[in-house]
Amino acid sequence: MRSADDWLALLQTVPDPEIPVLNVVEMGIVRGVESTDAAVKVRITPTYMGCPAMDAIADDIQAKLGPLAAQENKKLGVDLVYAPAWTTDWLTEEAKAKLEAYGIAPPGKTTDKRALSGDAPLVRCPKCKSTATELVSLFGSTACKAHYRCNDCAEPFDHFKCI
Amino acid sequence: MNARFEYLLRLGDDALILGQQLGLWTGHGPVLEEDIALTNIGLDQIGQARAWLTLAGKAEGTGRDEDKLAYFRTPSQFRNALLCERPNGHFGDTIARQFLFDAYAVSLHAALSGSHDPEIAAIARKSAKESAYHLRHSRAWMVRLGDGTEESQAKVQQSLDALLPYAGDLFHSDAVTQQAISEGWGADPATFRAAWDSAVSEMCTEARLIRPEPAPEQVGGREGRHTERLSFLLAEMQVLPRTYPDAQW
Repeated sequence: MRSADDWLALLQTVPDPEIPVLNVVEMGIVRGVESTDAAVKVRITPTYMGCPAMDAIADDIQAKLGPLAAQENKKLGVDLVYAPAWTTDWLTEEAKAKLEAYGIAPPGKTTDKRALSGDAPLVRCPKCKSTATELVSLFGSTACKAHYRCNDCAEPFDHFKCI
Repeated sequence: MNARFEYLLRLGDDALILGQQLGLWTGHGPVLEEDIALTNIGLDQIGQARAWLTLAGKAEGTGRDEDKLAYFRTPSQFRNALLCERPNGHFGDTIARQFLFDAYAVSLHAALSGSHDPEIAAIARKSAKESAYHLRHSRAWMVRLGDGTEESQAKVQQSLDALLPYAGDLFHSDAVTQQAISEGWGADPATFRAAWDSAVSEMCTEARLIRPEPAPEQVGGREGRHTERLSFLLAEMQVLPRTYPDAQW
């Protein structure tokens, strides 16, 4: 019989549907796993309230872990929770490095005071690493990203919104 | 009267109607980036609406879920503020409507974050991050349009003049809000009217717009008295589930 940690390890094989370079645990979407005699419960939280990937994520978890839970005569439940609210601070340094290698500029820390004053924090181009970048639009290809451009290498890129 | 149900419907319907209207910009934005921005904001609003309406359904206790509440109520059963159902108009109209709403939502979500009800507080804390981001966008556009060309300034001034009287509905206080405050789970919008007023005035100064003189306020949305526009909006939004009530997609 698998322990909660075993289930967590399995969840690390479920990629985020929009940003497949990260798995749902690295994204901070998985908030906890409980394993009892009758059931395995996975709690997930949305990055944004309207994130359309949440249903797909719940389905992906169900598809990957459901049959394994059934082998142990357990039901797999995926519950949506809103608190505590998701923050980009939950992305590990390793996850941020993966994002950058994938071409998405990772978020800074939410404790960066420039985020509060509305001043644009430095965003590094994921391609040439220049910080001579500018915001094109506060909103990008998904709810969690903003759109930037590099003034040195002209690369247009996504920046993970810092929330 | 089930005050909790009524109160949650107001929160959910504001977000739902605004989200639906922003969705109508899909493919019609003035530039690609704004098309994406408006629909992204709309998506956040729909997400918030889903959470509030799910909670409203639980408060009502008759088994209605978010979809039943969104698709199977008539216009007079909707509780959104009149501001949210004002037509999209041109880009300046949509931005002015969004700014007036975002400035309100930021205060609302901050106040509700202190709700004694953990479910309401959780949704509010999550929504607060989104409304702050939306305000940053709509306010920046108000400044850009107001302090822009003669044409953009004239147009957005007209938008502001026309929309401001409808914002009164947002600050409506009645037996429902009174119960929400006395029981500690809701917020009284009247308490953050001053903060909203300052936010509007400060924006006007920076955007070189003239803050309109106080005019008689248009109210009624919280009691289900709506403008004609809501019927057309709901007809489009509800047609599929009403035609095929058990459709799955």
